[in-house]
Amino acid sequence: MTTPALIEISEVTKRYPGGHEAVSQVSLAIAPGEMVFLTGHSGAGKSTLLKLIAAIERPTTGHIMVNGQNVGRMKRPALPFFRRNIGLIFQDHKLLYDRTVFDNVLMPLHIQGVIGPDAARRVRAALDKVGLLGRERARPITLSGGEQQRLCIARAIVSRPALVLADEPTANLDDAYARDIMDMFRAFNEVGVTLIISTHDQDLIHRYGGRRVTLAYGKLVQ
Amino acid sequence: MMKAWVAHHLHSLKIAAEQFRAAPVAALFTVLVIGVAVSLPAGLYVLLANLERAAGGVKPQAEITVFLKDAVDENTARTLGTSLKKRALVADARFVSKADGIKHLEDAGLADIAAGLPENPLPHTLVLTPMDTAPVAMAALTAKLKGNPDVDRILMDSDWIKRLAALMQLGRDLVGMLILVLGVALAAITSNTIRLQIYAQKDEIEVARLIGATDRFIRRPFLYFGGIQGLAGGLAGWLLVGCGGWLLEKSVAQVAAAYGSQFHLAGFNLREAALLLLLSTCLGWLGAYFSVSRALREND
Repeated sequence: MTTPALIEISEVTKRYPGGHEAVSQVSLAIAPGEMVFLTGHSGAGKSTLLKLIAAIERPTTGHIMVNGQNVGRMKRPALPFFRRNIGLIFQDHKLLYDRTVFDNVLMPLHIQGVIGPDAARRVRAALDKVGLLGRERARPITLSGGEQQRLCIARAIVSRPALVLADEPTANLDDAYARDIMDMFRAFNEVGVTLIISTHDQDLIHRYGGRRVTLAYGKLVQ
Repeated sequence: MMKAWVAHHLHSLKIAAEQFRAAPVAALFTVLVIGVAVSLPAGLYVLLANLERAAGGVKPQAEITVFLKDAVDENTARTLGTSLKKRALVADARFVSKADGIKHLEDAGLADIAAGLPENPLPHTLVLTPMDTAPVAMAALTAKLKGNPDVDRILMDSDWIKRLAALMQLGRDLVGMLILVLGVALAAITSNTIRLQIYAQKDEIEVARLIGATDRFIRRPFLYFGGIQGLAGGLAGWLLVGCGGWLLEKSVAQVAAAYGSQFHLAGFNLREAALLLLLSTCLGWLGAYFSVSRALREND
């Protein structure tokens, strides 16, 4: 590979207390600008692998380098700053229902100290990209499932991360919504964002192409 | 960046204020509990300060009563009195004659006893007010007086001063202990209310951490809340002490009047009040800090 990998996973194992091995001896390199589909049966270790990359979990053995940083060894105070470079999209959205659509998207900027008109402009740009511009004053609870997922995406991309990790972003959505979301991801990928998307929807992968990485019982399937 | 920092502080303050508005009754009760906790040592402190002031008013009256020998006649006694007055250690020397002494007894309501006595048994007496009421100085003065051949007996009323000083010290130690114990209680109360808040906001905290919020960022609104709650509790405590003083004022005045004194209760002065509020604010802040830090570590 000519370009240095953005993410380099070497022989990573994640064993949870109790002995369950969610990820076993996985090695994987992902180059900048790639769009990778992570597939496998439910419980195959897709979510765990994404959590390991985002330093939400730490590997039991092996190591993970992201952008030249050893994620598994990262010191606690450095974690927030590392996470700011990653857009996280969750299956269950993890939206805050006590604040508006606008404020949900504003949160990452606020955390990074971006305030005022500049922040508002960026929030609206992100909402525009996901087609929620007209709903900024709404509460997330009033949005449909697909809209909530789009809101989650807007929050993930508002700080313009180079890497976006999406965990089953289309799992609970019907086909039309799912395609919507995938089109958005492709648009991000076209402007250079590296994406890792976990999904068990084979049709979707066939339709969109891109690299596919399959996990089975925590192990990589070639 | 500086502007963002200020903005976030303001934002944290706003969030903290919203917490109070969201549950005003619960917040009021917590503030009251803190107020009561604060008012105990604060009230005792004020009580002690007042006692000390009252005792201070009495202290200069520390006197040495010198009983002269029966053989000493009035003129000799008077001369001794004036010569003693000139001594550096003596502020004042008052001569009380045999006759005056018996009159004093009668005035004090002991006329029956005085009348029953066959003859005036009282000696001529000199009442000295020492310059320095410290026990050591008093002892030095009495030692000198004892050398005088005309002096029969010396009565020094410094023991009660010593006892009072010891009692005051005990009181001060008690205040110190109460401050310590109730300070811990205050931090614990705050810590507990913050723990409940953290629980209520655990989704928000989780999301904030996932998208790159530092511990400091997450902690800040809670710290403000704890500090404000401590400050409000301190104010409540101050108010409670004030109310207590107001309620007691009348009966204290009566007691003082019975002792022929114009004594009035005094509350905190401005410096003491500021210290009280600062302390309660800091303790609230500290309680919040511990609580949030623990919660953040637990969620690792």
